[in-house]
Amino acid sequence: MIQRILVAISIPFFFLLQSCVFTYMKLGDIVPNFMVLIACIYGFFYGEKTGAICGFFCGLLIDIFFSPMLGMNALIIMLIAYINGGFSDLFYAEDIRLPMILITLSDVSYGLMYYIIAFLLRGRLGIGSYILNVIFPEVFYTLLVSLVIYPILLGIDTLFKNYRIRKEREKQDV
Amino acid sequence: MSPIVKSKGERFTLPGKYLLLILTCICILLMILTYGTSVFDVPVNSVAGTILVPFERGISRAGEWLRNRKEELASVQSLLEENEQLRERIADLTEENTILTQERYELIEMQNLLELSETYYSYNKVGARIIAKEPGNWYDSFIIDKGTDDGLALDMNVIAGGGLVGRITKIGPNWARVTSIISDGVNVSGQVVSSDLTLIVSGDLSLAGMGLLRFSQLSDPDDLVIKGDKIVTSNISDKYLPGLLIGYIDTVTDDANNLTESGTIVCATDFEHLETVLVITDMKIDDYE
Repeated sequence: MIQRILVAISIPFFFLLQSCVFTYMKLGDIVPNFMVLIACIYGFFYGEKTGAICGFFCGLLIDIFFSPMLGMNALIIMLIAYINGGFSDLFYAEDIRLPMILITLSDVSYGLMYYIIAFLLRGRLGIGSYILNVIFPEVFYTLLVSLVIYPILLGIDTLFKNYRIRKEREKQDV
Repeated sequence: MSPIVKSKGERFTLPGKYLLLILTCICILLMILTYGTSVFDVPVNSVAGTILVPFERGISRAGEWLRNRKEELASVQSLLEENEQLRERIADLTEENTILTQERYELIEMQNLLELSETYYSYNKVGARIIAKEPGNWYDSFIIDKGTDDGLALDMNVIAGGGLVGRITKIGPNWARVTSIISDGVNVSGQVVSSDLTLIVSGDLSLAGMGLLRFSQLSDPDDLVIKGDKIVTSNISDKYLPGLLIGYIDTVTDDANNLTESGTIVCATDFEHLETVLVITDMKIDDYE
């Protein structure tokens, strides 16, 4: 229960971190994409359902403040988190390569989907420059940030897991 | 048999794919509902305003502090050089200012004579702080810490440092979203001050990083427009007040049709370092009422 509350609180926390702090710390005019990052990580940790719900609310937060219509980011991030949830069976705490690959793919697909919905449909065809100037730098920066955030979230997750295992053992002993 | 079967004593669980389906439907429904209408704007914006905006106010100060530290690390040498240059500039500007003050005095005199006292720089303004910026990298919009409670309304124009920043596109009780003119897909009707020719200024993502805007549809058969010409918002714009500075012409190229010209404009506002903005509380609509 406490873990669920923590997950729920972390979504607005990372949203604030992204929109209030990291927009002042741009690298080459680019902000890392925390919302995709944590939706992706939670999907990977807790499976498809939790991932989809987390992704939905992550996207909805962006939509409420910054999007011309509600639901667009929510849909994209939710789908990404759901697909990431499919990989939760392959989750091993020691393996950092798979989550990094997933985060990269997620951010690239978020960028491409966003480009198609918001730019291609308006007739902006120069996909090459968007990939080079927006999507790639964003993926790189997000990956850089995830190297810090992933171990922290993983640490919290293992803490709760160990706690649960200890409790179950105590129950068995009694 | 349906996969959602509730047998006795077992906890009811919804399979993942059904949850995904339901959430997707909700998303699509929301998109359809909010694309044209603004049914959810009032409740959603007030809830978001009460929960998140107080945090945003505090945290954005931390962000500003961090950025200032980052910029302090910039080499002292370059700052010294800049200081010297600026000193020279101050001397120049002081001189220029004296001349301009005299001219302004004359202008006021003449305007009084012509009964033209209604000049464009007498708009009512309200100051506001930027508390959050667009988290993605595709558009350029930001949140300010004032909303309907402070007398702001949708479509009010926002300026900073004398130049046009954008207009309010979404508003809650204590916050408002400003979409800047450098956002991709935003168009402003502009006018060249020296020759009164009109043009369309539009934001472009590939230029925004360099502080440039694109302009198009400039009909200039006599080649009156040159680099450095001042561009202001035009009288015919329906959302923007006339006479707000947008920027200066950077490049001009002929279009393929040989009738119109297009090119780039240097922004008058430094979008990278915006912290406070001024919201003009006069609205274009008011003029007609």
